[in-house]
Amino acid sequence: MKEQLQKDFDNTIKNLTLSQKDIEIKKFYLDNFINKGFPNKREEDWKFSDLNQIIKKNIGELSFYSDYTSTNKVDSSAFVDGLEHNKIVFINGRIEKIDFDYEKKDQIEIIDQSETINKFNNNSSLSDLNNAFTNKSFKIVVKKGYQLTKPLIIYHTTNSKIWSKNINLRLNFELYENSSLRLIDLFRDTSEKNFLNIFYDFDLKENSILKNYKVDKLENKNIKYSFNNIEQGKNSISETLILSSGSNFCKNEINCNLNGEYSSAFVNGIFSINNNKHHEIRTIINHLTENTKSYQLIKSVIEDSSRAVYQGKIFVNSKAQKTDGYQLSKAILLNKDSEFNAKPELEIYADDVKCSHGSASGSLNEDSIFYLMSRGLNYQQSRELLINGFLLDVVEKITDPEVKNLIKNMIGIKE
Amino acid sequence: MDNRQKEIDNLKDYKYGFTTDIENTKAPKGLNESVIKFISNIKKEPKWMLDFRLKAYDRLKQLKEPDWQKPKYPKIDYQDLYYYSAPKSMKDKPKNLDDLDPKLLETYKKLGIPLQEQKRLNGIAVDAVFDSVSVATTFREELTKQGIIFCPISEAIQKYPELVKKYLGSVIPVTDHFFATLNSAVFTDGSFAYIPEGIRCPMELSTYFRINASNTGQFERTLIIADKGSYVSYLEGCTAPMRDENQLHAANVELVALDDAEIKYSTVQNWYPGDKDGKGGIYNFVTKRGLCKGKNSKISWTQVETGSAITWKYPSCILKGDNSVGEFYSIAITNNHQKADTGTKMIHLGKNTKSKIISKGISAGFSDMTYRGLVDISSKATNSNNYTQCDSLLMGNKCGAHTVPYIKNKNSESNIAHEATTSKISEDQLHYCQQRGLSAEEAVGLIVNGFCKEVLQQLPMEFAVEAQKLVGISLEGSVG
Repeated sequence: MKEQLQKDFDNTIKNLTLSQKDIEIKKFYLDNFINKGFPNKREEDWKFSDLNQIIKKNIGELSFYSDYTSTNKVDSSAFVDGLEHNKIVFINGRIEKIDFDYEKKDQIEIIDQSETINKFNNNSSLSDLNNAFTNKSFKIVVKKGYQLTKPLIIYHTTNSKIWSKNINLRLNFELYENSSLRLIDLFRDTSEKNFLNIFYDFDLKENSILKNYKVDKLENKNIKYSFNNIEQGKNSISETLILSSGSNFCKNEINCNLNGEYSSAFVNGIFSINNNKHHEIRTIINHLTENTKSYQLIKSVIEDSSRAVYQGKIFVNSKAQKTDGYQLSKAILLNKDSEFNAKPELEIYADDVKCSHGSASGSLNEDSIFYLMSRGLNYQQSRELLINGFLLDVVEKITDPEVKNLIKNMIGIKE
Repeated sequence: MDNRQKEIDNLKDYKYGFTTDIENTKAPKGLNESVIKFISNIKKEPKWMLDFRLKAYDRLKQLKEPDWQKPKYPKIDYQDLYYYSAPKSMKDKPKNLDDLDPKLLETYKKLGIPLQEQKRLNGIAVDAVFDSVSVATTFREELTKQGIIFCPISEAIQKYPELVKKYLGSVIPVTDHFFATLNSAVFTDGSFAYIPEGIRCPMELSTYFRINASNTGQFERTLIIADKGSYVSYLEGCTAPMRDENQLHAANVELVALDDAEIKYSTVQNWYPGDKDGKGGIYNFVTKRGLCKGKNSKISWTQVETGSAITWKYPSCILKGDNSVGEFYSIAITNNHQKADTGTKMIHLGKNTKSKIISKGISAGFSDMTYRGLVDISSKATNSNNYTQCDSLLMGNKCGAHTVPYIKNKNSESNIAHEATTSKISEDQLHYCQQRGLSAEEAVGLIVNGFCKEVLQQLPMEFAVEAQKLVGISLEGSVG
């Protein structure tokens, strides 16, 4: 893999206009990645999902070079109907369109950051890989007091032009005081066997609100890793919803630092997987100061021989008195071969806190099915009704009514 | 009140901190093949036992000390330890209690284990382990009448080689992790119990461990076999003198329960925890594992962990037989600079297996406490159930309490439920108690005992009283 990496790196660098210093930095990260390689199960964070093996088994040899010199055609018929929205379009990893038509131009600033390297609060080899190979990266700044009128949808589209490729994406967001942003990530893959490595960084200033909904619903054979780093100032709120369903393998990581007093973080997740899929959500909520709050709810429905993993950690610093942390994960295993692994972790150094977690996994409740069948539904209908109700719980946590409807339609949950 | 104060003053310092001047026979310092041969030789072991040890030692050479645990400790120099230390007078084993070194007897009396009186009182059969060797076993005759074997393991190796050969290493193989393998190579003594088919052991069996000599590690090995339809309740207590240096205690405990058998294993661990600044104390790195081999068998672990500078252990159950049951009840208390990383593993292999975990952790002072547990339901363990509850109580903001459960469910017809909470003693509760005339310390004692009650009531009577007191003492000075 080393020669391949080196060769692809040289090709990538050629197409970029970088200063000598930036190239040096990129090289440094490349070397880091070459040393560490893809994470494997010997690393505690990857204990339940051995990415190295998964890539080997599903993709084989990866190529790290992508030709971004020619543009791809943006197919506007693929956009979400019935909801006016701002757009960012990625096609095969190339950023094709940034469009904030519905917003006041002077309130949003888009900064090209392709030349600067970001330090991530994550020293995994994947962030090294991302640092070494990201092509274009932008920072989106929402100015003081501005609340976007329409949600922003980021389309992550891949098509059959790419095969066995590694794609690295990066976006940074900065939300100034009293601003707010609704962000939907939509994954649309018609490609196969690629590895997507996505890093987002959010900086939330005082009183700002971020709502991020990540929807990976369409069936595809890609492998995805997504990392969200969220820094929160005083009184800020972050809400993240992860719908993990379509990809062959998908790992979502959320790292949230509650730096300011009265800040709160909500992370909700749905696993709805079948076939041979393997999905994971890993959350780390760091309560770093007084009076912060976090809430997590993860529900899984696992079919066939697929596997879901939830690793959630609540960390409470010794300064973070009056912390309120809650974490609940529930899983329904529908098939003999399905598997659910959980590691809900608490690490607490302050005494005046309220922290709890719960985790349960098991089969569908036969009594409930019996109840529904005795009222005239058939087995299949009863099962669907129960599963719908089980997942609806998480969807109902979405605080934005427009987005809630959109997602409900998308995943076909009926009320 | 005065009496109570006095009692507290008496107990405040580690009351088991004395040493006993007894001449010791020691093996040469260090860990190598000749020391292992020395131990095997002095114990007049048969060849298969020596082979067992050497096999473990070979394996040990390839193993690395694990380092994933939360409490970190300075590197242990395994060549700077004595692996065998025995009271000189034990060289020719005493035939009965009257032949015991009077100094030894005095020690045990100080510890509250009056071996002499035990002989007369109708109570508990005790096997006392001093440093590395088992010094006295009481009540043997009564037990023999029922066919129960309860003796030091070194004696069992001589007298019941078939049993030992068959079961030793069957739950904790010589190829296990570092400390278990170290124990397999150099273990010196420990208790052995065999309960024959259909027998309900008429009394509690008990071992008392004592580390006396300095610079020694204590490596005992306990093996308990409950044959079909039998029942046994086993108690274990531990103390050590106060010393400035850290001492290593790496024991292995193996339990085997055959069809319909039940083993109840209770521990009150009160090794020397080190002084207020965290100097000295025992490293308690113990491997405890029970195998529910037969159908309908049951193994239940109850532990009260108050001592040791570092406690690092996970009493586990392998639920192999169909319908077998595993239980784990634990109270772990850390104060001052103590550290604990403890919990359990429940490995469900058989059908209809059930397990229950209740863990209560209390940390005060500068201490750090981790519950780490594994519940693994394999794909064949249809219709299995697990319930886990782990609660932590924090006192002050210099200490830490952590929960790291690993939950694996590979069977759709099995259920796992896990709950954990972390909290502190609320001002309301304290206020309520104080309003009714209790001092702050008494109020805390009361509340903590209530918090632990679920586990305390699992202990046999004699132990429950001691444990309840220990809970109070361990938290002395942590309030206010």
